[in-house]
Amino acid sequence: MSDPNDPMAEIRVAFFQECEELLEALQDGLTSMEDGSGDSETINVVFRAVHSIKGGAGAFGLDELVQFAHRFETTMDAVRAGELTVDTEALKLFFRAADVLSDIVRASRDALETDQSAILAVCEELIALTGADAEEDEIDPAEFQATGLTLDLDLPDLDALDDIAVDLPPLTSADSLFGEDTIAREPSKYTIRFKPTSELYATGNEPLYLFRTLREIGVVKIDINTQCLPELSKLEPENSYLEWQLKIETEENENQIREVFDFVSDICDLEIKSNGMDAEVSCLPDILPNEAATDQVVSSSEVSNAIATPAQTENLAPSADQTVENASDNAAEIPLEVSPKPAQTPPATKPRATVRVDLERVDRLVNLVGELVINQAMLSQSVAQIGLPSNTPVFTGLDELQQLTRDIQDSVMMIRAQPVKSLFQRMARIVREASADVGKTVRLKTDGDATEVDKTVIERLADPLTHMIRNAVDHGLEDSKTRLANGKPETGEITLSARHRSGRVLIEISDDGAGIDRKKVLKKAQEKELVTKDGQLTDSEIDNLLFLPGFSTADKISNLSGRGVGMDVVRSSIQALGGRVSINSTPGKGTTFSISLPLTLAVLDGMVTQVAGQTLVVPLNTIEETLTIGKSDLNTLGPQTSVLKVRNGFVPLLDLGTELGYRKPKPDYVDSIVLLIAHEDGSRAALVVDEINDQRQVVIKGLQESYGRVPGIAAATILGDGQIALILDPVDIVAGASGRTKLSTETALAG
Amino acid sequence: MTLNILAVDDSRTMRDMISLSLRQAGFEPTLAEDGQHGLEVLQDFMPDAIITDINMPRLDGFGFIDAVRKTPEHRAIPILVLTTESAPELKARARSAGATGWIVKPFDPEKLVRALQMVTG
Repeated sequence: MSDPNDPMAEIRVAFFQECEELLEALQDGLTSMEDGSGDSETINVVFRAVHSIKGGAGAFGLDELVQFAHRFETTMDAVRAGELTVDTEALKLFFRAADVLSDIVRASRDALETDQSAILAVCEELIALTGADAEEDEIDPAEFQATGLTLDLDLPDLDALDDIAVDLPPLTSADSLFGEDTIAREPSKYTIRFKPTSELYATGNEPLYLFRTLREIGVVKIDINTQCLPELSKLEPENSYLEWQLKIETEENENQIREVFDFVSDICDLEIKSNGMDAEVSCLPDILPNEAATDQVVSSSEVSNAIATPAQTENLAPSADQTVENASDNAAEIPLEVSPKPAQTPPATKPRATVRVDLERVDRLVNLVGELVINQAMLSQSVAQIGLPSNTPVFTGLDELQQLTRDIQDSVMMIRAQPVKSLFQRMARIVREASADVGKTVRLKTDGDATEVDKTVIERLADPLTHMIRNAVDHGLEDSKTRLANGKPETGEITLSARHRSGRVLIEISDDGAGIDRKKVLKKAQEKELVTKDGQLTDSEIDNLLFLPGFSTADKISNLSGRGVGMDVVRSSIQALGGRVSINSTPGKGTTFSISLPLTLAVLDGMVTQVAGQTLVVPLNTIEETLTIGKSDLNTLGPQTSVLKVRNGFVPLLDLGTELGYRKPKPDYVDSIVLLIAHEDGSRAALVVDEINDQRQVVIKGLQESYGRVPGIAAATILGDGQIALILDPVDIVAGASGRTKLSTETALAG
Repeated sequence: MTLNILAVDDSRTMRDMISLSLRQAGFEPTLAEDGQHGLEVLQDFMPDAIITDINMPRLDGFGFIDAVRKTPEHRAIPILVLTTESAPELKARARSAGATGWIVKPFDPEKLVRALQMVTG
């Protein structure tokens, strides 16, 4: 399966993609069953989702998935058949089963271990729900033993069917087709009496084809018995009047002969006798009860002749059902046939709603469009430099080009965009699990599921979001008793919403809990010496203490907290996505975390600045404000470092030129421009730059591949004038800062 | 001889696999996503054989076979039912709807091809 060109590997990938869609449909179905908005079709959708997963899993030999899906499917089938009424408890179980199912799907995809105890527990509950199902016993377990096919279809040589069995994967006992003894043995003779019912023809079967297949396993001699054939005037065109007697000499056994008749065994009279014993040739009385049996056996001498030409067969059997002729080639001969065959033009298949594209191709397109944007900017700039009058057609054309490139860029970015729905569904599961862990009843409401965000952003948002949801369940919401005492409904509510807001995506996680207990937070922070005892903090500053590394408010470590992940990690992972997170809390009403994210990771809103003759782009989302240093704002702290007074606080002053090694500290920073950078732990720093040029969108060009990680630098970009500029990683700069803003004598000596 | 096969299945994975198996066998597959879609395709298409799933939205396999068998020009087309169920009653139901034969999922491509060759001659 490692071969990328292996069509099976490709289908396997597609299968897991489809699984995700099916799991989503499953969640949707269960959710609407929970809301009470589901009808019988909802149950069908749920059933089909599980059923399709099982079907595909079987083809890939994913035993565990097949077995669990089968168990789940059986239960859903009982619901569908109305044998099982779904109550709240049952629904909870179905949700858990869906969770387990998606776990197994993912484990199967990534070849990971599954949590057997969880699977077994759900399985047992599912069984308990349906009861020991009788139908269950009928199903041969071997049927569901996945066979792990490979599609290496060397087409079987039709004359050598016995060879095929050797190439097949090991067969289970139930899988008996050609699976018996395949060792060649002495040819034995069988006599077969075969009398089709009219249903055989009505279901599109054709005796001729059966005989042809039979010929592949041995030498066949065919005799037709037309004694039941009435006069033409009495002939019912759709009745079956013919009967055949076949003699076959084959090395195969009787089972193999029966296998040929597998599809028709219930719609014909079939007798197979070994050793050439003649089977009784008789006319079934139910079709022509009064017809005298005139011994009129038409025999064709050699089978091959009869079979080679369908026309001949039909001549021998002029009364064969109309359907038979329909399926054969010589329609002209048969007067009963009225409609000519329509032209066999394959219709245009329904336009597909989606195409699957390799992500790499999309990324290449994104990159190329990035180049296009840069190129367009360069072109505009160089045209502007020529000094043409602004009303020339060149400018109009350039404006249009700019508009077009922007539209193309937006459209290309949308290819990578995905609705946040799948992410939200995962969170629904987190809520279910977390609330069960701490014994709270919680309902998750989602809003704006269809909001689209870059695929990578969605993927990397899962972890921080999971943590925030867990926090909301564990710390945000009160337990049922407290809620009831406070006049709130027992069931806590968490709302997860997504929406677009001015070129960014805003994701909010709100709970209707008690809100942040600021006294407790402050006390904790003081105990941990994160803030000074006498520091005066505003409400929002106290709230932001939650983001400090190593902060935890839970009095006792519950199942959910104590996972070693704090809100500081949440904040930094969101910042790594170019996002920001903020808190809004009202005591007694609840808490809302807002995450603001860029739509894509391919472009970035940046501030273009000059430092020591270098052009640097600073991501806009990290800049809180820009200031000019006044004389009284600057304070020296230690021999080399200074702090800047910003309103009522002090922030460390960092010279970007010095930090990046472009220059030594300047003698004086008064009147310098600084960018106020918000650090992930809530602290801030002031970065000195020489000049601010512009605020613009830049296309991100990774440096990682060519240069590895460069401290303080996130990436690079190409500006409109063709100049390459580095994109700063301010958080990294501040973290690794020396803070030197003074030329101390010591350094001078040392240098 | 290239056989034109109409394959009706709501699962994309299954459609992909059937399509691959058929192509490798030199057949020409045409795909439909459910029974209703299958009937639409059949309005101007005459396949040599049809493969259909049972559990499908809009129109399930039983309904689809029934509808095909009621159309004069299509009633004789061999129809193979592709199903995970092997329960006898499901086979019986497929049969009474007019199915020619059945293939149990997960299907063996060789078996599928052989069955198709048999029912189409």
